[in-house]
Amino acid sequence: MAKITLKNLRHSYLANPKAVQDYALKEIDLDWQDGGAYALLGPSGCGKSTLLNIISGLLTPSEGHILFDDRDVTGLPPDQRNIAQVFQFPVIYDTMTVYDNLAFPLRNRGVAQARIDTRVREIAEMLEVTEMLRTRASHLSPDNKQKISMGRGLVRDDVNVVMFDEPLTVIDPHLKWKLRSKLKELHQRVRATMIYVTHDQTEALTFADQVVVMQDGEIVQIGTPVELFERPQHTFVGHFIGSPGMNVLDVSEADGKVSFNGQAIAVEGKVKGQGGHAQLGIRPEFVSLSDSGLEARVRKVSDIGRHSVVEAMLGDVSVKAVVDGPVPAQGEAVYLDFRPDQTRLYRDGWIATEATP
Amino acid sequence: MKTENQKAWFFVLPVLVLVAFNALIPIMTVVNYSVQETFGDNLFFWEGLTWFEQILRSERFHAALGRQFLFTFLILIIEVPLGIIIALAMPRKGIWVPVCLVTMALPMLIPWNVVGAMWNIFTLPDIGLLGYLLNNVIGIDYNMTQSPVAAWVTIITMDVWHWTSLVVLLSYAGLVSIPDAYYQAAKIDGASPWKVFRYIQLPKMKTVLTIAILLRFMDSFNIYTEPFVLTGGGPGNSTTLLSIDLVKIALGQFDLGPAAAMSLIYFAITLLVSWLFYTLMTKDDVK
Repeated sequence: MAKITLKNLRHSYLANPKAVQDYALKEIDLDWQDGGAYALLGPSGCGKSTLLNIISGLLTPSEGHILFDDRDVTGLPPDQRNIAQVFQFPVIYDTMTVYDNLAFPLRNRGVAQARIDTRVREIAEMLEVTEMLRTRASHLSPDNKQKISMGRGLVRDDVNVVMFDEPLTVIDPHLKWKLRSKLKELHQRVRATMIYVTHDQTEALTFADQVVVMQDGEIVQIGTPVELFERPQHTFVGHFIGSPGMNVLDVSEADGKVSFNGQAIAVEGKVKGQGGHAQLGIRPEFVSLSDSGLEARVRKVSDIGRHSVVEAMLGDVSVKAVVDGPVPAQGEAVYLDFRPDQTRLYRDGWIATEATP
Repeated sequence: MKTENQKAWFFVLPVLVLVAFNALIPIMTVVNYSVQETFGDNLFFWEGLTWFEQILRSERFHAALGRQFLFTFLILIIEVPLGIIIALAMPRKGIWVPVCLVTMALPMLIPWNVVGAMWNIFTLPDIGLLGYLLNNVIGIDYNMTQSPVAAWVTIITMDVWHWTSLVVLLSYAGLVSIPDAYYQAAKIDGASPWKVFRYIQLPKMKTVLTIAILLRFMDSFNIYTEPFVLTGGGPGNSTTLLSIDLVKIALGQFDLGPAAAMSLIYFAITLLVSWLFYTLMTKDDVK
């Protein structure tokens, strides 16, 4: 287990990258603490798998360094980095039994037979596959196959980091939940550094202590699930996390005052900087229907179970509000009230208001 | 209400007719010949199993069968590993992929009798490129019309040249279907190249290899045209394989009865060995 440091990491799949857009990863600096559970979250093509493959050593970065416990491993191949990786599709050795599959990484490293047996049984116990140890791995169901893939990663107790590359993609929804909690439990038991790559916010938020949100090869925000939800540093994070995502409205801003269609709107704190493209961000959870505020017309009401989502039109801008209790009818005029301490100004996508102390 | 009638049989009829005309009736004709004796004029006499007994006891048949098994054995033992090695060495990506694939496929596109003729000329000691080189440049006495060993080396080499590509292409198809994640996982698990081959590539190629081995077995076991054109079964009887011998009996000596009996035995052996191969190679899958 190790602390992982990424220093000025950049990567391009092109031989001679010139412009910024030639890079799949643009300048990544990151510190991951030993034993932490991290998630890399972002849409497809944002560079998260590239980053993962760089950490595991399957890819060599164009620029920058990777350090495991302050040891530079940038030039080392995967098998010398002592890492484990679980892939999107279960990778199992078809002709071997479950036992042999789990023992494989240890046997390749010449671990003593008795030690192998103890470790394999320990891991099998954790994954609840003990009764399958003698079965041929090819006869297993997809979720059990994926468990074995995970098991091969966890069986070595000296791994620096265990990485998961969207490991639940092929798993049935009802088993996803089970495997996810299993994973969380495993992390608490083995205390290995774990990195979980996904585009599914639920998976990231439930698994990780710290979530790294990526977009276009850049890290947009690093934070706990609560931080990401409550104070998105970028409109992208606001959009990407939360269901429905954060409302983003174009507003005008002058001398620290924010207004929408001439109507002043209170924001959480002092406005920083000036110029640029000003936008207002507020989560639907903090928009309420009231007697005064911005006048809007209800376009759609969707019942999402415990709450309803009211979509109202402020002129030609749509704003969503999460509402408990009675909801207005379609076409009805309503007033929207934004909770000031949850209303933020974004300048060119990045947050531009100071938090209320 | 459920209507019950026998109309459905009509749907099966075309297939039955087809199978009857392309398999059943021809085979039954052979069966018919195999139990009778004829002296021409369409006169037939019942002979029972005499021909079968005669063939099974004939030393000539034993010799041809022995040569046939030796030929097929050598073909498989050379072509299968060689095909796998070439497939492993071929690039998986890039502009060389189509070049390799087409080069590999070329020998298979050449008609069988042309292959025989090509190799015949190729190996002529006085004017053939290979024959001349071996005899006059390297200094090996090589003449397949005189030496059985030279004849065997030539037909084996010819078949390897002609058909290894089939194993290559099938193995290659198996190899490219392996997702990258398997190789990456193996790297991370610290597997040696041999283990990657043994536990990833070979198992993934198994299905296509089964097909390749079956096809190569059947084709080489039934081979006729190429050795016939190349050596005509000679020198002496040294390259007279089963099919060549069969044609000699049927058309050379016009012994229809024994030839028919031999065909049926030949067919039964091919079928039996194919079945054995298939059962042995797929037995792990049914569990």
